[in-house]
Amino acid sequence: MTSLVVVSAGLSNPSSTKLLADRLTAATVEALEDVEVTHVELRDLAHQLTDQLLTGFPAPELAAAETAVAGADGLVVVTPVFSASYSGLFKTFFDVLEAGALDGTPVLVAATAGTARHSLVLEHALRPLFAYLRAVVVPTGVFAATDDFAGPDLDARVTRAAGELAALVGKVSRVDSAVSRRRTVEDELAAVTPFEELLRRASER
Amino acid sequence: MQFGIFSVGDVTADPTTGRTPTEHERIKATIEIAQKAEDIGLDVFATGEHHNPPFIASNPTATLAYIGARTERIVLSTATTLITTTDPVLIAEDYAKIQHLTDGRVDLMMGRGNTGPVYPWFGKDIRQGINLAVENYALLRRLWSEDVVSWEGRFRTPLQGYTSTPRPLDGVPPFVWHGSIRSPEIAEQAAYYGDGFFHNHIFWPAGHTQQMVDLYRRRFEHYGHGAYDEAIVGLGGQFFMRRNSQDAVDEFRPYFDNAPVYGHGPSLEDFTEATPLTVGSPQQVLERTLGFRDYVGHYQRQLFLVDHAGLPLKTVLEQLDLLGEILPDLRAGMAEGRPANVPDAPTHASLVAAAGGAKDSTVYAAADDVTGRSDLEEVQA
Repeated sequence: MTSLVVVSAGLSNPSSTKLLADRLTAATVEALEDVEVTHVELRDLAHQLTDQLLTGFPAPELAAAETAVAGADGLVVVTPVFSASYSGLFKTFFDVLEAGALDGTPVLVAATAGTARHSLVLEHALRPLFAYLRAVVVPTGVFAATDDFAGPDLDARVTRAAGELAALVGKVSRVDSAVSRRRTVEDELAAVTPFEELLRRASER
Repeated sequence: MQFGIFSVGDVTADPTTGRTPTEHERIKATIEIAQKAEDIGLDVFATGEHHNPPFIASNPTATLAYIGARTERIVLSTATTLITTTDPVLIAEDYAKIQHLTDGRVDLMMGRGNTGPVYPWFGKDIRQGINLAVENYALLRRLWSEDVVSWEGRFRTPLQGYTSTPRPLDGVPPFVWHGSIRSPEIAEQAAYYGDGFFHNHIFWPAGHTQQMVDLYRRRFEHYGHGAYDEAIVGLGGQFFMRRNSQDAVDEFRPYFDNAPVYGHGPSLEDFTEATPLTVGSPQQVLERTLGFRDYVGHYQRQLFLVDHAGLPLKTVLEQLDLLGEILPDLRAGMAEGRPANVPDAPTHASLVAAAGGAKDSTVYAAADDVTGRSDLEEVQA
């Protein structure tokens, strides 16, 4: 079973961000066989995200979302454009994820805004963010301004992006491929680096 | 089973009055709190180490030596000693000296416990935190166990024929704990040496503490120091007590809401549910504390944080009075169902006994240079 996790940072209800996330999800599910979808609505986790910034640990619902994202075979992430970039809420979620959580994970990036003049936000904000997180961003990003929801072109881009994500989810194996993940605290807890090795590394120049 | 308190020495405004104690008041209060800890029958007082405001916890060795001179029985410890930025040569000398001054009433807890800006003040880099902890501690052990050390490493200047003085009291170095919240490498380090492992416990959910302690116990057994349940475990804890639990909640809430570490974040209710913080009646604190064993097993040392977040000295002393009242029940409760093979926390006496008795470890030098001759004359000679 392939796990697809959809992270959406819309604030209103209904939100165009959530609507776009749903269309991307439906198209990706259609392109994949046997897929399990988990939705992460960041609005519901906003308080817990702030708490984690201050305490360093996630409350249970947020912990479940972080675990789901870290274990996902593919991600769809959608943010509204606020002040020429992703929203602070969206960024906070990726700020608190443990280093290495997205290593090698295929990601479809998408954004919504009131006007098409924000469309490059995918290229100047989202793509660099996920490149830094060592995720694999699919070539087609999907940007939707208010007008796009009324027109016929959005569907074509949604289908193309979903197809690209599906192809990567099928082909990139984080365990067996050249994409190796950084060791996390959980990895160390499960199989700790032996102390002789730590001693050797400590004094290695 | 040992019970005690640990202090980080923060100088924090009392949010209910807006008044911040002076450094002098806070330093003197720390001494009074330590003496009170002995008076109510606690076993351990531990001080933190910080080198920046708002803390008065620099130079912990002076603080501990002073407390040692004014107490009779209580074990002095650290929470934590900064093994990353403190020269292990100084740690070896300082704590061996306190051992002698207090007749063995001292042990240490190693920690990395620094923020990024602190490291460069000591010529170090936080990104090397684990490596510093590993190399520095390996050297510290040699300085205590070998009379003459020649050593070369990565982080400090080499040593040739160096003897750390005074030698450890009775030939037995202080017992060492290693504290870490979230670094499995440190649990591994503690296990490798058969040292104690202390989990701060108070800032994170119990499930995480459980994982770290479990790793330490498994590796302690792996390295042949004893069985899984014979490893030496310490935990932090945090409470605020009043006889009536609602009074405790009402009084503590402003301190919680403005506390330096978790203030302005989760609610008191969420945090008490997620972490071991207990705000309520003495009975509630007793029951919660006895419940720690359910997820870490029978353990050796329980330290509580009581003097922080701007709580006035008077309130802290009242908290200790209440702790003194439940202490007999805590001891009785922890003794219940404790298997015979679970050891107590090592003390100087038990370590001396294990070493086959006390021995004079003095290094008697053949000659000294306290002869009135100047350094220059020595060099020219």
